[in-house]
Amino acid sequence: MTVAMAPFSIDPSTMGGWLIFLLLGVGFGATLEMAGFSYAPNLAAQFYGRDMRVLKTMFSAIVTAMILTFLSSAVGALDFRMVGVATTYLWPGIVGGLIMGAGFVIGGFCPGTSLAAAATGSRDALVYLAGLIIGIFGFGETVTWFEGFYNSSDLGRFTIPEWLGIPTGVVVLIVVVMASGVFLLVERIEHRLGSRAMRTPRRLALGLAGAAAALVLVTLIAQQPGWEDHWEMVAADEQVLLDNHDVQIHPGELLTLIHADAHIVMLDVQQQTSFDAFHIEGVRYEGSDLETLYSDVADLMAEPPGTIYVTVGEDEQLATDAWRLLKGEHIPNVYVLEGGTSGWVDTFGSVADPDPAKYTLDYEHKITEVAEPTAPPAASGGCG
Amino acid sequence: MSINTEVHTTRQWSNPYTAEVLLGIVLFLAYFVTSHGLGASGGVQRFVAWLTDLVSSEHVDRNTYLANYAGGNTNPFNSYIIPMIVGVPLGAFVSAWRSKRLAAVTGRGPNISTRRRWMFALAGGVFMGFGARLARGCTSGLALSGGAVLSVGAWAFMLAFFAGGYALAYLVRKTWN
Repeated sequence: MTVAMAPFSIDPSTMGGWLIFLLLGVGFGATLEMAGFSYAPNLAAQFYGRDMRVLKTMFSAIVTAMILTFLSSAVGALDFRMVGVATTYLWPGIVGGLIMGAGFVIGGFCPGTSLAAAATGSRDALVYLAGLIIGIFGFGETVTWFEGFYNSSDLGRFTIPEWLGIPTGVVVLIVVVMASGVFLLVERIEHRLGSRAMRTPRRLALGLAGAAAALVLVTLIAQQPGWEDHWEMVAADEQVLLDNHDVQIHPGELLTLIHADAHIVMLDVQQQTSFDAFHIEGVRYEGSDLETLYSDVADLMAEPPGTIYVTVGEDEQLATDAWRLLKGEHIPNVYVLEGGTSGWVDTFGSVADPDPAKYTLDYEHKITEVAEPTAPPAASGGCG
Repeated sequence: MSINTEVHTTRQWSNPYTAEVLLGIVLFLAYFVTSHGLGASGGVQRFVAWLTDLVSSEHVDRNTYLANYAGGNTNPFNSYIIPMIVGVPLGAFVSAWRSKRLAAVTGRGPNISTRRRWMFALAGGVFMGFGARLARGCTSGLALSGGAVLSVGAWAFMLAFFAGGYALAYLVRKTWN
């Protein structure tokens, strides 16, 4: 049995789901208001160094949510793969950001704060909202003229740890250190240019910094789950397939498959030397450390539905681990080549591409049906 | 010159760090419970798509972008973002009301008339609306929510956002100073 794990799929078309999102919106609006974001001069002062609350806010909220998210992922309470990470469209995002930065200093609000401000009585926020609607309408009417650019530089669900290739906990630590530097710097700027004292109490600052440091430490030590942990989540359901020998396919069945209409991806995890000595024609070499295979999971998910995956090792040992890895990532239709390449060579000799017509083999067929994807692929998200 | 700085001095807001640690917790809860971050502009987009659909549903069906939201029988309001943007003004209102910060004012600098400030607010809104849809998210949906889960695009966006603001700040300094 699989343990239910956060996040949960909350359906906004049900009453309960609708209320949950409403409450989150209420919390969002209330905290924006508390921070003084309903008064445009507070926001714009950011750009003149008098009152840096926008930067402070963004960074403290980001740091708080980031630490809590990756901490709960590290301790296994949250499946981060299912969290909607804003999709990266690099250049449209950068150009849109420049336009919005201009709109922010001209208009004094961002969309969320204008909604909050309008509710507290700010008249300029109401006017701003009218402008927002015009701008959004204008975009919808013109986007078909520059759809190419709008859909360009699509990097998908792409996180900084993936980009830099360093552990998530380290990135979290770096962001916290950077944010602390930004806090110290802006406090100094405010002190010099601010029209009034808006010092942050020392005890509060120390308390928050201490709490952040402790939580980051735990995140670093606990580490983000790897493929073994993801396998553990599904092992109770899937290990039985290995034990019953339901997913180990005979070389003969693989050969038939290669020559049939099926879309098949063979993943070779042999040692480099064994791979160089012999491999079946058409395999995709993934190295023998499983790290490459793990980082290719997103690629494999992009294969058409109904694709059959077969892991191939020298024998079954590493190929079985590769099978576990793919199962943990919810990839359907994964099989192991029985006996690995040695089994293949025992059956066909050292022939990478034997002719199926030459062989009459007796074996048990394991692939009886092709399953559609069972779990949604890693979530990506954005702004509704 | 008569200005409404008294509002500025009499209304006291919370320390930004305290308020926004709370916002961070709200954002974390959103991710933890629902897998979605916080957002706003997507909700306004759906409202706009709904309005356009009322006027001409054929026009919406022909526009691939709008059809996503309201094409055919698609209900533009069937999204988590709708209850969320209903909640934002609600929460802001209650918070301002409880802390006696409700005020029907126009926030502006001492050297700009209310009418001019409104013109700037309108123009800023237009820029923001267009930019937010191009970037696929606004300050909350992309920079804040995406930044917290370390999206590369969100951080690139954030840098561009502040760069755009600082680049233009000098030109519009009369609005605020």
